[in-house]
This record gives sequence, structure tokens and C-alpha cells, in this order.
Amino acid sequence: MSERVLEVLKAKFGDAVLRTHSQFGDDTAIVDPKSWKAVCRFLRDDPQMSFDMFTDLCGVDFPDRNPRIEVVLHLYSTQRRHRVRLKCAVGDEDMGGCEVDSICDLWVGASWFERETYDLVGVTFKGHPDLRRILMYPEFEGHPLLKDYPADRTQPLVPYRTEAEAGLPLGKLAPFRDDEGMPFPHRVHNAREFGDS
Amino acid sequence: MGELKQVTLDASESSGFATTKLDALLGWARKWSLFKYPFVTACCGMEFMSLTSPRFDGTARFGAEAPRFSPRQSDLLWVVGTISQRQAPVLKRIYEQMMEPKWVLAFGTCASCGGFYDNYTTVAGIDKIIPCDVYVPGCPPRPEAVIDGLMLLQDKIARGDKTPGIVKPYQDPAAGVVKLRRSKDSSE
Repeated sequence: MSERVLEVLKAKFGDAVLRTHSQFGDDTAIVDPKSWKAVCRFLRDDPQMSFDMFTDLCGVDFPDRNPRIEVVLHLYSTQRRHRVRLKCAVGDEDMGGCEVDSICDLWVGASWFERETYDLVGVTFKGHPDLRRILMYPEFEGHPLLKDYPADRTQPLVPYRTEAEAGLPLGKLAPFRDDEGMPFPHRVHNAREFGDS
Repeated sequence: MGELKQVTLDASESSGFATTKLDALLGWARKWSLFKYPFVTACCGMEFMSLTSPRFDGTARFGAEAPRFSPRQSDLLWVVGTISQRQAPVLKRIYEQMMEPKWVLAFGTCASCGGFYDNYTTVAGIDKIIPCDVYVPGCPPRPEAVIDGLMLLQDKIARGDKTPGIVKPYQDPAAGVVKLRRSKDSSE
């Protein structure tokens, strides 16, 4: 429906638009992280585009790819009634160079989403006025939605009671067995240490 | 109320004394006056509302009507819903601020053992942090199960029993109605 947006983007930015694809009515442009903000600004300000509504921003980890982190942005235009999905890939294997320009001066609503993406996936948004964790607590180490964050690793703020102290087993209660409740097949996927080992 | 009178029991009278235990009296008084502190964090809260409202009237009938939003005035901590690692210090502090004697009821599977939230952000059961007296599993538990749990707690209070108890289902209400397992060699 809004392939036209992709055409305009390709014509305007040329090589900075690495790939585009459209399927199931979703039009996606994968752009160079260097021109991330320029593309966003164009999408917002150009009268043909006028994407005035920020919908979503998140990060996805693909551990086998390089660059491994994909930042995904969804935009909608309430005037033109079209949407677009914008992606950029950042960060090498060791999360080096995992940063992209902040767009929260274009859409104010992006602020908390960028904090969330920073918190869970570890993307640094350059120029964000207050880039802190938003969901996890400040003491938390690492970024839990990275695929190499061990799925069963918790970082309690309160030390757990010991079974001797509690006087009863503190494992799973009756209907659950120890190995149940973990939907992920990769309980420890390519376990990488996060400092405290 | 006037001055205290000293009562002397005359041992020569054959029916002149009665026995009781102060513990039993206190237990009876406590079990019918549980002031609750609702620590409601998640969707079980909807079931908690249903429980406390007129259809089930699940707390007032048992002397646990009045909620107290100060931990210092409450006896029974209802932990209703998922406890995240971030909330754990808050829950622990509230428990520590409550006056003895105090009891804790884990409402729902998440509070009991974390449920299916087995991940980086959830405390897998409040008993990892604070002692828990009654576990009411269910997602959410039926009001009957919670009332069961409350009565179980009352029993425990009356007996002075501090061991944790788990509400178990009496029977599956859908047994015979829903067949969960299909086997090829069934008689039908």
C-alpha cells in the first residue's frame, strides 16, 4: 500500500537505503545506521511522507549475523494514512559500535522506547537526553534480551532465603517439575559471561 | 469496668473451676480478626476484587474484611500477583514492617512459585524472600480456592501451626465433561 514511500526513499537516499521489501502489506526499508536520523527527519518533514506518528521502536538480536542487532522503527502517517517500517543493523559480535542516533527530538514518544531498547538489547542512542534503564533496575548487569544472556540467570536484589532457613524446599511447587516453566530451548545459549561469572 | 477483683476458687467445691488455654483464646481471637494488607501487583487482582465483593464475600464472612494500607496495622499480607525482582525489596520491607503476629498468603500461581514467568525479571515464588503460610495455586485461583486457603490459615492460626499449607483441589469440576486426552484404544 505504501510502496511509494519506499520508492521515494530509494530515490532520495540512494545507497543509504540498503534493501527494501514489501510483504503482507508491510513495507520495510533497511537503512544505513549513519543516515538513520536523516531518513527519519525526511520521513517526518516531507509533505509527501508526513509521518507524524511514532508507533514503535525496538531492538532484535540475531547472534549469527554481523552486525547482530537490528533496530526496528514503525511509523504511521495520520494524514496520508500510510505506514512504514525502518530498520538498521548495528553492533558487531561483541556489541562494539552498537549505537545509533537518537530520534527522540523528532518524535518525543521515542524517548522511552529508546530507553527500553537500550535496557533490554543494549543499543546506545547517541543524543538521548536521559538514557537510563527503564524496565530493569540500575543494578542489573547485561542486557536480558540478548540471545547470549543465559535464560535462567536472575539477579535478585534481595538475597534469597536458604532452604535451611525456610525449612522447606524452595524449588518449584507441586504441579511444576524443576525443568518446567522454561519455554526456551536454549537454557544456556552460547553462554557468555557478564562479569560476575 | 471497675477495679480488678481477685477471684478465689474454693477447692472444696466440686464444680468450682473451668480450664482453658490462653493460646487457644488468642488463636480464636486472631483468626477472626485478620486485617489484610493487599499487595496487589497483577491480574490476580481482578479475582481478588471478585472475591472480596458481594457475590463471594470471601473475606468479610471470615473476619478479614477491613483492609489496612499500613503494614503496621495489618496481620495478613495478601501477595496477589507476580513479584518482579524490582519489587522484591519493597515486598520484603513491607513484610518486615508488619507487627507480629503476621501471616502471608500467596494468592495465585505467580506468587506461589512464579508460574510460567521463569525468567530474568520474576521472583519464582515469594517464599524465596519472605516466609509464606498459605499457598493458593491457580491462574487465577477460583474464589472457592481462596476461601479454602483463608479457612486453612484460620485453622493454622487456631492451632498455632506455622508450617506452610497448600490449597489442593478437591475435584476437577470439568471431569467427565471435558476430555483432555484422546486415546485410540478407548472403549468408545
